[in-house]
Amino acid sequence: MTTLQRKLWRELWQLRLQLLSIALVVAAGVMTVVTMNGSYWSLLAARDQYYQQTRFADVWVGLKRAPQSLVARVAALPGVMAAEARVTSLARLDLGGEGPPAEARMLGLPAPARPAINNIVLLRGRYLADGTAREVIVSEKFAAARDLQPGAEIAVILNGRRQRLTVVGVASSPEHSYAVPPGSLLPDYRRFGVLWVGSGFLAAALDMEGGFNELTLRLESTARREQVIASVDALLEPQGGLGAYGREDQVSALVLANEMRQLRVLGSLVPAIFLGVAMFLLHQVMERLISTQRGEIAILKAFGYRDLEAGLHFLGFALAPALMGAALGMLAGVRLGAAQVSLYGEYFELPELAYQTSTPLLLLATGASLLAAISGAASAVQKVVRLPPSVALQPAPPATYHSGWLEALGVLRKLPAGFRLVLRTLVRQPAHALMNVLGIASALAILVVGFLLFDSIDFLMDRQFRQMQQEDLNLTFTHEVSAEVSFELQRLPGVTAVETWRTAPARFRHGHLEQEVLVTAFAPGSRLRRLLDAEGRQLRLPSEGLLLSAQLANNLRLAAGDNVDVEWLDGRRLRSTLTIAATIDDYLGTAAYLSSEALQRATGTSALASGAWLATTDDDVAALYARLTQRPAVAGINSPHDLLQLFEAQMAKTLTVSSAFLLGFASLIAFGVLYNSARIALAERCRELASMRVMGFRPHEVAALLLGEQVVLMVLALPLGCAFGYWLTSGIIASIASDTYRMPLVAEGSSFAMAIAVVLLVSSISLLFVRRRLDRLDLIAALKTRE
Amino acid sequence: MEAGVVAALSDVDLDLRAGQLTVLLGASGSGKSTLLNLLGGLDVPSSGEVRYLGVPLPVRVNDALTEYRRRHVGFVFQFYHLIPGLTARENVALVAEIADAPLTPEQALARVGLSDRLDHFPSQLSGGEQQRVAIARAIVKRPRVLLCDEPTGALDVATGRLVLQVLEEVSRDPATTTAIITHNVAIGSLADQVLHLSSGRIVGREQHESRVPVASIVW
Repeated sequence: MTTLQRKLWRELWQLRLQLLSIALVVAAGVMTVVTMNGSYWSLLAARDQYYQQTRFADVWVGLKRAPQSLVARVAALPGVMAAEARVTSLARLDLGGEGPPAEARMLGLPAPARPAINNIVLLRGRYLADGTAREVIVSEKFAAARDLQPGAEIAVILNGRRQRLTVVGVASSPEHSYAVPPGSLLPDYRRFGVLWVGSGFLAAALDMEGGFNELTLRLESTARREQVIASVDALLEPQGGLGAYGREDQVSALVLANEMRQLRVLGSLVPAIFLGVAMFLLHQVMERLISTQRGEIAILKAFGYRDLEAGLHFLGFALAPALMGAALGMLAGVRLGAAQVSLYGEYFELPELAYQTSTPLLLLATGASLLAAISGAASAVQKVVRLPPSVALQPAPPATYHSGWLEALGVLRKLPAGFRLVLRTLVRQPAHALMNVLGIASALAILVVGFLLFDSIDFLMDRQFRQMQQEDLNLTFTHEVSAEVSFELQRLPGVTAVETWRTAPARFRHGHLEQEVLVTAFAPGSRLRRLLDAEGRQLRLPSEGLLLSAQLANNLRLAAGDNVDVEWLDGRRLRSTLTIAATIDDYLGTAAYLSSEALQRATGTSALASGAWLATTDDDVAALYARLTQRPAVAGINSPHDLLQLFEAQMAKTLTVSSAFLLGFASLIAFGVLYNSARIALAERCRELASMRVMGFRPHEVAALLLGEQVVLMVLALPLGCAFGYWLTSGIIASIASDTYRMPLVAEGSSFAMAIAVVLLVSSISLLFVRRRLDRLDLIAALKTRE
Repeated sequence: MEAGVVAALSDVDLDLRAGQLTVLLGASGSGKSTLLNLLGGLDVPSSGEVRYLGVPLPVRVNDALTEYRRRHVGFVFQFYHLIPGLTARENVALVAEIADAPLTPEQALARVGLSDRLDHFPSQLSGGEQQRVAIARAIVKRPRVLLCDEPTGALDVATGRLVLQVLEEVSRDPATTTAIITHNVAIGSLADQVLHLSSGRIVGREQHESRVPVASIVW
C-alpha cells in the first residue's frame, strides 16, 4: 500500500459515520435497482417462457353457443395462425366444510391430444385419458388450498346436475395464474379454482355437443391484434359473439403486466431518488473535505504529485462509500429480490419463476453508484486538479458576510445575536441550504407517499365493501331466472331481506367511440346497494336513463344529458338509445347502472335476475349456506365481508413489510442529510464555536447556535416535504388510474403527522450524534486550527 | 509592465550554485516568497525565465513543471505542512515513494535526529520536531534544489538553531543547491551568499568566505 493510500484509508476511517450514512443511502439505491429490476427480468423470462411453452392465446372471444363449423372460418381470417374452440362454464363444487361453497371455472380440453392453444403445465399426476372420462385436473393453488391430490374425488354441480369426478392431475396455466372468481376483485384460492375436464364430458354435461362457447386464437407474428379483433367481431357477432379481446385485456395477463410495469417504473424512479441524494451528500462532504485539506493538496503538489494523482486520491473519498454501498446493496438486493420473486411465485403461478441475478444488472447497479459518486465529487476533484500549489499554500480567504436583504428587513435587529448568526449562515449559502431542505423534504415525501397510498387503499376498500355493498351475501345464478326467485329466498331461515339484480352485456357507441360494458340493473329504491359519489353522497338510481362511471363516460366522451347507442349482446341483440341521467365518480371498474324496469323495456324481457343480494342474521350461517348450496341455480355465493377480511389480512402483511421499508429508506435519507449537514457546519465553524466556549458560553448554548441552523432547515423542509409527497401521490394515483380501478386521493392529517414524527425523530437522533461530538470538542486544538 | 499591475519581482537576476547555501533576506512583502515559488517551479514568471542546469523551466504551469518539482525540488515551509493523518515516517515516505533514488524514510529521519520518533503523528511532536520531519521529507528524495521558506519562523531560538543546524549540514552536499528565505538577518551569517530583497528587487549581495557556526548565531 502506498503512503497516499494509507492516508486515504486513515481519513476514511475518521469520516466513517458520515461516509457510512452515505454508503447506506447508496446501498438503498443499489438494492432497489437489483431487487426491482432483477424481479422484473425474472418475471419477464418466466412469463415469456411460460407463454411460449403453453402456446398462450393472443385473442379470446366468448359466445352463447356456436357450431364447430365456425372455427375454420375464423382460422381463415387474415392474421390468424390457429383457432381452437372450447367449452367453458362456471360450476359450484361440493367439497364439504364450513363457509360458503367453492366455485370453479370448468374448461374443456381435448384428450388424449393436448390443446393447440392454451395448453396446461402438468405439475403432478397425469393428463386426461380421453375426452369423455370422468376425470379432472385441478389448478395448483386451489389444489393446495383444498388439499386435493391425484386420486381424490370431488363433486361438481354442472347445469344443475351433480357429477362425481376423480382428480388425475394438478396443473397450472398462464390463463389462470391470477384466478379471480366472478364478482370478485381478488383471488381466493380456497373458494375459487380452475378445473380442466375432457371437452366431450363438459359439452355433454352442458348440453353443448357439437358446439362451443369460447374461441381462442393465436396470431401470426406480423398480425395487428386490433384488426384481427375487429374482423373476428364482424364475423361472430351475428352468431352471438360477446366481443373479442386481446391478451392485454385477459385478467391474468393484465394483472401480471401491470405488476411488471410498476416494477419497471419504480425500479428506475426509486434508485434515482436515492442515488440523487447520495450524489448531493457526497458533493457536500467532498467540498468540505478539500477545503480542510487545502494544505495537504499544496504539499502533494509542491512535492511533485501530479494533478491527476492528487485528483484521484480525493476521488477515493467518494468512491469508497459508493463501492461499499454498492456491495451492501447488491448483497441485500439479491436476497430481497429472491424473497420478492418467491412472493410473486405465490401470487402468480409461473412454473419456471426463479430470481436471476445477471452480471449486467450487477454491473449496471455498480456503475450507477459509481456514476453518482463521480458526479457528486466532480466539482471538488476538479478544484483539486486545478488548484495551483502556490495558491494552495496560502490560507483560503475568510468566508464573506455582508448585510443583505435579511438586514434590510430590519427584523434581524430584534432577534438575539445567536439567532441572527444562524439565519445569516443560512442566507449566505442559499443554494446549500436549499439542497439540504430538498434532501430532508424528499425523505418526508417518501413517507407521505407511502402513508397516503395506504390511506387511499383503506378508503377505497371501506367505500366499496362497507358503504356501497350493504348485503351480507351476494348470490350469482347459473343462468337468468325469474325475479320472483326473491320470494323463495326470502323464506330461507336467517334471510331478512332479498333484492335481485341483473347484468346484461352491451356495447355502448358514441360517435366513433365504443366500449363493451356489463350493465347492472336493480331496483331504484335498493337498500342493499348504495351508489356513492366521490364525496360520499348517495345517488339514487334513476328510474329512466343510465348512471355511468365517470371513467366510462370519459372514455366515450359522454356527459349527463347525452344519448348513447346501446347494442345488447345477449339474446335478441336489440338496440336501444339511452340517455345518460348522471355520472358517478367511483373507483372500481367501469360501471353502468340502469333500473330493472328500464332494462326490461330496453331488452324486451320480463323481470329476470342474474343474482341476488341477501341481508341475513348472524345466527346459523352454516345452515343457510347448506340450504343455498342445495339450490341448483346458485352458481356462487360471495360474502363482501369475508372478501374484505381476506383483503385486509393480505394488506396487513404487505403493509408491515412496506412500512418497514419506507421507514428504513426515509430514515437513511433524513439521517444522511442532517448528520452530514451538521457535521460540515461543525467542521466549518469549529473555531468560532470554540471561541464562544472559551468566552464562557455553555455547551448547550453553543449547540443551539450550530444545530439551530439544522432545525431551521428541518422546519422549512416539513411543509415542503408534505406538499411534495402529496403532489407525488396525486401523480402516482393519476398514473395508475385505469378502467379496472382508480384510487381516491385521501389525505388523512394523521398520515402527515406520522410522517413528520418519523422525520423529526430520525433528525433528532442525527443531531444528538453531532451534539455529542460538539460537547467533546477540544477547545485548544480547535482554536489552533489554521483556517 | 501594464499600468495598475503590481509586480512582485522585477529586474531580479541571480545564480544559485550547487553545494552553496544562499539566504534570501527581506521584510514581508519584499517578494521573497514569490521568488521562492518561481525557483521551486510552483509558479511561473510573467516575463523572464528561470533556468535549471542551463535549461529554462516551462513558462506555463504544466506537467513539465510538476516533473521538475517531483524529481529535483525539496521544500521546507514555515508552518511545516505535515499531513496530520500520517506518522513522521509516513509523511516522509509520501515523498520517497515518488522519487527516483530516494533515501529511506528512516535514513532521512535519522539525518534530522528523529530516529526515535518514527511512528509519532504530527500532533504528538513539538514544533521543532515537526519542522525536522518536514526537512526529512524535503531531503528524502536527495533533491538538487532545497528551498526553505522561513523554516524557523514559527520556532523559538533554541529549536530554531536545531533546525538550522540540520539545514546547514544538508546544504554541504556538493550536489545540492540550498536557499533559505527569511526576514531574520542573523541567519544570513550561515550562508555562502546573501541576497537582500526589497520591493521586489535585489538591493544587495554579500559573499561569505566561510560560514559562521550555527551555535554562535543569536537573534
